[in-house]
Amino acid sequence: MTTTVDQGSATARGEPNVLLKLWRNKETRSVIIQIVTMALLFAFFAYIINNAVLNLQALGKTFSFDFLQEPASYDINQTLIEYTSRSSHARAMLVGILNTALVAFCGVILATILGFVLGVIRLSNNWLASRIVYVFIEFTRNVPVLLHILLIHGIMVHFLPLPKQAISVGDALFLSNRGVYAPRPEFLDGFGFTVAAFGIAVIAAVIFRRWAKKVQEDTGKIYPVFLICTGVIIGLPLIVFLISGSPLVWELPKMGRFNLQGGVMMLPEFLALWLALSFYTSAFIAEIVRSGIMAINKGQWEAAGALGIRRNRVLQLVIIPQALRVIIPPLASQYLNLTKNSSLAIAIGYMDIVATIGGITLMQTGKEMETMIIVLLIYLSFSLVISAFMNWYNKRIALVER
Amino acid sequence: MANTHNPDMTPGLVNAYEPGEHPDWPAPSSVKGPAHWIKTNLFGSVTNTLLTLLTIYLLYKIIPAMVDWMFIDAAYTGTSRKDCEAQASGACWAFIGTRLQLFIYGFYPEAERWRVNLTAILLVVALAPVLYDNVPHRGKALIFTVLYPLIAGVLLVGGIFGLEYVATDQFGGLMLNVIIGVTGIAFSLPIGICLALGRQSHLPVLRIVCVAFIEFIRGVPLITLLFVAAVMLSYFVPPGTNFDLLVRMLIMVTLFASGYMAEVIRGGLQAIPKGQYEAADSMGLKYWQSMRLIILPQALKIAIPGIVNTFIALYKDTTLVIVIGRLDILGIGRSSLADSKWQGLSTEVYVFVAIFFFISCFLMSRYSLYLEKKLHTGH
Repeated sequence: MTTTVDQGSATARGEPNVLLKLWRNKETRSVIIQIVTMALLFAFFAYIINNAVLNLQALGKTFSFDFLQEPASYDINQTLIEYTSRSSHARAMLVGILNTALVAFCGVILATILGFVLGVIRLSNNWLASRIVYVFIEFTRNVPVLLHILLIHGIMVHFLPLPKQAISVGDALFLSNRGVYAPRPEFLDGFGFTVAAFGIAVIAAVIFRRWAKKVQEDTGKIYPVFLICTGVIIGLPLIVFLISGSPLVWELPKMGRFNLQGGVMMLPEFLALWLALSFYTSAFIAEIVRSGIMAINKGQWEAAGALGIRRNRVLQLVIIPQALRVIIPPLASQYLNLTKNSSLAIAIGYMDIVATIGGITLMQTGKEMETMIIVLLIYLSFSLVISAFMNWYNKRIALVER
Repeated sequence: MANTHNPDMTPGLVNAYEPGEHPDWPAPSSVKGPAHWIKTNLFGSVTNTLLTLLTIYLLYKIIPAMVDWMFIDAAYTGTSRKDCEAQASGACWAFIGTRLQLFIYGFYPEAERWRVNLTAILLVVALAPVLYDNVPHRGKALIFTVLYPLIAGVLLVGGIFGLEYVATDQFGGLMLNVIIGVTGIAFSLPIGICLALGRQSHLPVLRIVCVAFIEFIRGVPLITLLFVAAVMLSYFVPPGTNFDLLVRMLIMVTLFASGYMAEVIRGGLQAIPKGQYEAADSMGLKYWQSMRLIILPQALKIAIPGIVNTFIALYKDTTLVIVIGRLDILGIGRSSLADSKWQGLSTEVYVFVAIFFFISCFLMSRYSLYLEKKLHTGH
């Protein structure tokens, strides 16, 4: 129908234009728009790639990733895997990735704990504590995260004493401006039994939980699942540990002649980055937790109360499952932000991906294109992994609820 | 007869109340007044009491020391750190005072600083019709707002109309933060709208392109995009052309902000009921007409608080330019620490910059809350 009318009007005006006719049809128009978009996009990419090739030629550079196999010949102050200055650039990159992953992982855990505690205190009916947390949250999240990192790093480097006069906390933890020394666990021979016992306890707890749930569904009888599970998971390994003769000793850091020796040393750069990212993100998480709990209608509390459920069971069975649904999606994006913000490490010299491959390797090899592409791809895959995990968790939560 | 509003209150029933329970009487002090408030809000239960005591202890430990360091035992005048130390053992604010100009204008030539001031005043004029509805001659003022980026560029860089040329590497301090933040938001708004519409489009190619762009931008840190601007972007232009680092940075910051802006606007678009789209279709409006006249005005109104929040985040992120060697307010502070006369004053600098950012961001977040409340009553 439409096409005949269009044809009529086109011929009446004397416009036998096929393109115009196609443009007036909704389906063909969408096809045209998409083809044009693709063509423009390809043209754009062809143009910039062509430019890049010409520029590289003019500078006498090639585009290849061979430099990854060459020796890096620079030192990295924190390595989770074996690395020397003779190792390859690829190895340096791996060290950088692990350092980023370490600070992101520690940061996510501390930020979540802090954020939930702050969020709950913010909601508590203790006026004073709630106000203090409010001030902390507002101050923390309105100051750039880079400033947090620099401030904490500055305080650590300037105000903590030299290792020789390190502040000792119970002779186990030493705080100095070169780093914090903590005891290192040393596992002796029989420790495998304890690990095995822990594994068995976890499996037993999972089986017991399933069984208890089935019993509850069949008969309505409720077991104190949480208490029993915690007891088994902590108790069994503990008993095995004691029976097998406590095969774990802590290697304490000791004051040597010039420096502290032994134990685990955490660099001030790592600590500053970890604490700053955690504080900054925890302020956002606290607000997310607060709004998540407040989003639950008061009627939910009252309805559960009317059914005669005890207050802490209401929280566990009614409020938290619903609040989590509100909390999880923004929480996921905060985790992503924390991971991305860890790239600010370069400002204080913590050797993460940006500082290793995007920094020193780039300067040494002059491979701007290749190194930047690698860095961008690594961050993209970090983001995709985290958002995939959080999506999976979010789906699980949603299923539990409905 | 004050009880006429209560049907239960007949004179015969007055004696039915226990002594002290009569509704006409003021509530007893055990359920009202400061004593009761303290009891319920600070010492309501055992945990509550512990929390209160802990908080008071922390405050006692932190507040006096902080006030002492910042105000009482601080030095406000002097020409070097030694002067400060001779006066007081706390903060040395003289350092900030002598470098205040540097913190604001960076290395912008002193004789030309009036141009920066004028641009800042014009910024307020340009922003007023956007931020407040009841500005006189709003329509004309909005035209000025659209032209403002051009005017600001001419004023700041110069080189024409008899204005002396100022190279962009002399921009610095707070001025640089504001330039990057405002440019990023202003240009990311139209790009963000297009991306958000593209993401909701029925055309698969457009949708995929927009989703890929948005997810890429949101998946990488701003710092890597700035590195790209510094080292990689010049490879993508024809050989021989060389364009300014500040412009390259502004391009990357704008692209970065538009990824986030697109998501904020998508939130606004999704909040519009489907009936609005259908109503627009049934009126026979074409796609762009229905978007321009019906959907976007509503969606943008809902998205305004989100846009303000994006701006706050971007404004804080402008400090990252120091990693590619540009000196914003934080960078100026940091590089000032190298001055041998003022060594070791990093805490003062960072605290000053932190307070500055706190005040500006806090005010903006209050404004966004005010908007949220204002828009909420509309529904």
